[in-house]
Amino acid sequence: MSATAPLAGPAVPRGPVAPRSGPGAARRGRVLGALALLRATGPVGIASAVIIAIAILVAVFGTFIAPYDPNLPNLSLAWGAPSGGHLLGYDFQGRDVLSRLLVGAGTALLGPLAVVAGAMVAGVLLAVTAAWRRGASDAVISSGLDILFAFPGILLAVLAAAVFGPGLAAAAIALAVAYMPYVARVLRGAALKERSQPYVAALEVQGASAASICFRHLIPNMGPLIVAQATILFGYAMVDLAAISFLGLGVQPPEPNWGVMISENQVGLAQGYPLPALVACACIVVVVIAVNLLGERLFEQAQRTYR
Amino acid sequence: MSAPLLEVDGLTVLLDVEGAQRAVLRDIAFTMQPGEAVGLVGESGSGKSMTARAIGRLLPRGAEIQGSIRFRGGDIGSLSGAALRRYRGQVAMIFQDPRAHINPVRRIGDFMTEALRTNLGVPADQARRRAADMLAQVGIEDGTRRLRQYPHQMSGGMLQRIMIAAALLTEPRLLLADEPTTALDVTTQAEVMAILDDLRRDFGLTILFITHDLELAAAICDRTVVMYAGQIAEVRASSLLHDDPLHPYTAALAAARPDITQTAHRLRAIPGRPLSAFEAPPAECAFAPRCPHARDICLQAVPDLAELDGGLSRCARAHELRGQLQEVPRA
Amino acid sequence: MPETDGAPVLEVAGLRKEFGDLVAVDDVSFVLPPGRSLAIVGESGSGKTTIARMIVGLERPTRGTITACGRDRSRPVKSARDRRRRGREVQIVFQDPYTSLDPRQTAEATIDEVLRLRHGWPAGRRQARIAELTELVGLDARQARALPRSLSGGQRQRVAIARALAAEPAILILDESVAALDVSIQAQVLNLLADIRDETDVSYILISHDLAVVRQLTDEAIVLYRGEVVERGRTAQILDDPQHSYTRRLRASVPRPGWKPARRA
Repeated sequence: MSATAPLAGPAVPRGPVAPRSGPGAARRGRVLGALALLRATGPVGIASAVIIAIAILVAVFGTFIAPYDPNLPNLSLAWGAPSGGHLLGYDFQGRDVLSRLLVGAGTALLGPLAVVAGAMVAGVLLAVTAAWRRGASDAVISSGLDILFAFPGILLAVLAAAVFGPGLAAAAIALAVAYMPYVARVLRGAALKERSQPYVAALEVQGASAASICFRHLIPNMGPLIVAQATILFGYAMVDLAAISFLGLGVQPPEPNWGVMISENQVGLAQGYPLPALVACACIVVVVIAVNLLGERLFEQAQRTYR
Repeated sequence: MSAPLLEVDGLTVLLDVEGAQRAVLRDIAFTMQPGEAVGLVGESGSGKSMTARAIGRLLPRGAEIQGSIRFRGGDIGSLSGAALRRYRGQVAMIFQDPRAHINPVRRIGDFMTEALRTNLGVPADQARRRAADMLAQVGIEDGTRRLRQYPHQMSGGMLQRIMIAAALLTEPRLLLADEPTTALDVTTQAEVMAILDDLRRDFGLTILFITHDLELAAAICDRTVVMYAGQIAEVRASSLLHDDPLHPYTAALAAARPDITQTAHRLRAIPGRPLSAFEAPPAECAFAPRCPHARDICLQAVPDLAELDGGLSRCARAHELRGQLQEVPRA
Repeated sequence: MPETDGAPVLEVAGLRKEFGDLVAVDDVSFVLPPGRSLAIVGESGSGKTTIARMIVGLERPTRGTITACGRDRSRPVKSARDRRRRGREVQIVFQDPYTSLDPRQTAEATIDEVLRLRHGWPAGRRQARIAELTELVGLDARQARALPRSLSGGQRQRVAIARALAAEPAILILDESVAALDVSIQAQVLNLLADIRDETDVSYILISHDLAVVRQLTDEAIVLYRGEVVERGRTAQILDDPQHSYTRRLRASVPRPGWKPARRA
């Protein structure tokens, strides 16, 4: 590692620049910093962010912009080809596919988001606690996580559906519990590494409390890894939730949901009416890829900024 | 004088730094005679490690190399394949942190005998015997037992001695030692230096010894090359370097070190910080901003490396300053 | 710092640290008078870093006492107030400038955090103190607002020194704090440390294997070998006329003009 930093040289964007002074400036600095970080992720990162932004907007406003009622069946129009205002045709019950996609975006995105939020928060807390306290606490937490590892997500979802009845909430909670050990294990390694750094020791010597060190220093320095984990998890959660809905244990028909749409319309694939199922599938794939790409780019860029 | 073992001439190396080609070495030139020990001294960014890597053909991909490096008369830049492997057998390199350069999950014996077995086709038991003998040369007794151990069972000093032994097994002509003792305790350092000195005499080894410590280089090296900002600042016989330096940087470096024999009120620190090659201005002396002897002439062009009294100095005022540069007695 | 006249600012007695079967520190005792500097000299395995960590509270002694500013600190404390009080007694500057600063915090923010822990000052007063400290350690405005990534090793150590001084400690432990720096930068930082010692009333404990640095910065020294004190006295005395065989060997291993390394028989 070079002990000197080039003072002169071309103005290469280095990411977030320290704010001038004061608390308001700090907030402004963070927003500007976040935007600069995004811009620095390159065309792929920006394109992914745009796709995700569109998906979020559709998820929020889908019910208002859907041209037709997504739940209105009309069997005489079943498997109809695209025509007029029905850009993507009709599904197996004669409902407008486009409208179902737009309205279904809400649960399709909300579910994985809840799973990721739950798994990440729990995982980070457990990882940091285990890494900070080390010794017996670490052993207990790690063993507990190892036990949880034994349960695959889908199995837990089936269990939850059996106990609480099918539905998105139960499935999401089950998946969050199933994913949490993965998160905790990966982050525990990073937390241990940060915890052993001299700057943490310096803060301890200054008399800072464990909580303040963990939340203000340890966790932010694991930030890039946390973001990367979250985006990977989002992809898995989306696919797993779609699978759970496909099995009939998640979102219940007739409520629109991309996973359910695949399940409902899969017979069409063999009968020559592939569009409804494929379009729903494509939406899932596009969002998952966009999230993964953006997460990857953000991770790399954050590493470059601070290390 | 016999033919030189190594001739470096006009060596300039450019690396891709943040999108642009930047020089990390500029116009490096020196020769090494067989059996000689030459010290390469500099601070961060001076280019000393890069020079060794250039000689060892270990530069990163995409590096642009100008000038020539000739080993036993042959240009090494054009070597490839079998010829390159033969060259590597003749030029060995040891590094600062031995633990980073040795596979932790394999035994010492495997590590040491690998080159002998795969490149030179020596049978395994013979290779192990030679390895054990070489360990004795570097002061490690019961070598056969050590060969069966793993790196984590060794201390840093012992591991460095093992690295030296491993490097010598292929009977190289030239040993490039990149700060081999920087990470060691000072008592261990003294031993490793003594071992290198003995081996040089016993095996007729030529050594290029890279360090940041002027006095350490002078301990076993006949000549010392002082580098600054990717260029050679001075080449001088080690014994003369301290009392009669030819370049203000050398003098300043020696003066900045605290003295073990007396406490100074304040050290004579050099203002500013050491420059890397790619920060150095293209048309003036790189050291001028920090030099107490700088004048207008120093800002007009990069001074040439000129001969002076058996040494070389890249100082535009070297003649004028002769005799005035040595360490001033402290207050 | 409130301390009785003449009483040592740090007193270590019978200090012992065991890691399982390994005895890292064995019956080490020394005192540090106020305003003086003490060197703890040793190589790897000598226990010097372990002693530093015990004084600062990062390790707990197996036996023995550590008394700083008249208060015992051999056992860990629970309350946040006590922890902060201990931070006002002893601070430390670590060896590696590349890992001793939070990479996400500017120099100003780093010092500011310490000031907030130390005092309940309003932002304006803290800003003024930050400016004083950065000037004291020789950092300009640009460097103070920079992230560690943009700073050189020497500059980072200056930030680390400023952070330690922000707590206004009675004792500053320098754990090989200049060992990782270039020679020319090392000289600057050593001069800075000498200036700070003259201008404030902080006492230094310098942990180092570098005898020349030890001579430059300290009045007294103890020499450690494998966890035990083998020699103690005035620094100049120990270096000019070492008594113990290990001290002699240490002294003889230092490169200097005309030195030729000799192999141990």
